[in-house]
Amino acid sequence: MSVAAGTLATRTPSSSQDSRRRIVAEPAPVRWLIVGVALLFLTVFLVVPLVAVFYQAFSRGVWPYLGALTHPDAVAAIKLTLMVAAISVSLNLVFGLIAAWAIAKFEFRGKSVLITLIDLPFSISPVISGLVFVLLFGAQGFFGGYLQEHDVRIIFALPGIVLATVLVTFPFVARELIPLMQQQGTQEEEAAISLGASGLQTFFRVTLPNVKWALLYGVLLCNARAMGEFGAVSVVSGHIRGETNTMPLHIEILYNEYQFMASFAVASLLALLALVTLIAKVVLEKYVGAE
Amino acid sequence: MTATTARRLGFRQPSVIPGFGLTLGLTLSWLALIVLIPLAALFLKTTELSFDQFLAVVTSRRALNALKISFGLSLIAAFINLIFGFIVVWALVRYEFPGKRVFDALIDIPFALPTAVAGIALTTLFAENGWLGSLLVPLGIKVSFTPLGILIALVFIGLPFVVRTVQPVLLDLDLELEEAAETLGANRWQVITKVILPVIGPSLLTGFALSFARAVGEYGSVIFIAGNLPNVSEIAPLLIVIRLEEFKYADATAIAVVMLLASFVLLLAINRLQRWSEVRTGRL
Repeated sequence: MSVAAGTLATRTPSSSQDSRRRIVAEPAPVRWLIVGVALLFLTVFLVVPLVAVFYQAFSRGVWPYLGALTHPDAVAAIKLTLMVAAISVSLNLVFGLIAAWAIAKFEFRGKSVLITLIDLPFSISPVISGLVFVLLFGAQGFFGGYLQEHDVRIIFALPGIVLATVLVTFPFVARELIPLMQQQGTQEEEAAISLGASGLQTFFRVTLPNVKWALLYGVLLCNARAMGEFGAVSVVSGHIRGETNTMPLHIEILYNEYQFMASFAVASLLALLALVTLIAKVVLEKYVGAE
Repeated sequence: MTATTARRLGFRQPSVIPGFGLTLGLTLSWLALIVLIPLAALFLKTTELSFDQFLAVVTSRRALNALKISFGLSLIAAFINLIFGFIVVWALVRYEFPGKRVFDALIDIPFALPTAVAGIALTTLFAENGWLGSLLVPLGIKVSFTPLGILIALVFIGLPFVVRTVQPVLLDLDLELEEAAETLGANRWQVITKVILPVIGPSLLTGFALSFARAVGEYGSVIFIAGNLPNVSEIAPLLIVIRLEEFKYADATAIAVVMLLASFVLLLAINRLQRWSEVRTGRL
């Protein structure tokens, strides 16, 4: 099984580690050196960039910051991002549950191939994830002529942005659920069925409550990626201001126009979302561990 | 229907739980619609080029350089992440220090922070008047708008992979093994190289490969800091976008196919490595 980006499947079993007394250890100066190098590395690459986003966003004070966020183009970008995320996350939520049910509750041939295929979007360049939809639905694409005749816009419009986002975030929910549901086995479901519950009753009253925290975490991760996706959306969006500009694309436009403060102001919202996602991870880890 | 046929063919083990045919059918259809058919379109598009044309596009100077930059710098970035990731994992698992839990949680920042945000933040920091860039100017090092900038961005986005793959393995490592080695007269260096590294080796390699695979396809965080000079600091994903904007669809597709094939090979390698790691640590 491949490791998905940031899933709880890769989380650390944190229980017994602190209680063990170390007998073998490095001498103190070596320990300090290792911790020092580790902290310096993490500070330069993770802490400083994060602080810089908020520092730059508020570099001219609170009012210009709020002004940048309430600019009509920024508001349009925020609205579009929320809409795209709502649609894509819902689609992947439903898909994730269905796929996890099929994969975790049954034994069948070719299962590992199926899991690999679900993971595939993790290893594709975001640019390629956008490109494939341009090739299908763009003006010169396979269905381009047909779409133009019927006046349907997919590329440079909302449907294209949603498609690209769904492809990029495809594995997130399924990836969270599958390992947990496999671990939980099928005994509880079998018991429910033998006692006369229907398939749907079993799913909603037995399976779903058992995985709710992992599901929530999967949705949060999926949402963070959906709102922040840049490469794939950039290829299919056409960058029409106020119409097909999502928040990450708006950040790019502002930055390239040297409106750094405004750019970082919009970026700070996404950085905040990332921080909330991380805090949720830490909190949810405990609940998922209990599942 | 599907379920009964499947059972007759011995395709799956019987179960009283309902919904196999329905859920597997929906899973496969959705997978085909969103992932498989679009990717097939990419390969279909390349067939519009003859093999010679394909080769001409892919081996053109600019494309070759872009691929070299993407793969070469990703390899270096993955290597840097391997070394520093190991140091970070070691510090997080073996030592106590203030703020440890916060730093542990922060490791996932590159997963959660949108690439465009990371891109503008790193560019501003490493610009000549930026917080970090200004420290490097006296040393004669320029980061923003050079290949070095690309490397910084790739290290950033690949950072969590080594840490998060090695961390559980190192936590599970039985301390008694180390104690036994030490009792039998091994020094600390021998314990690390002969006892610890063989166990966590496969997971280190997996993290390295994951970090490399992620870096090769990276776009958002790189384009801001790269400067994007053709043949010097232009990555392959950017060249795809440029060709697309010039409406040279076939050219864009040809480069994309090369990258996609590389991703497939990497994915297979990663799967193999993970199985090896699971066998090696007895977690299968």
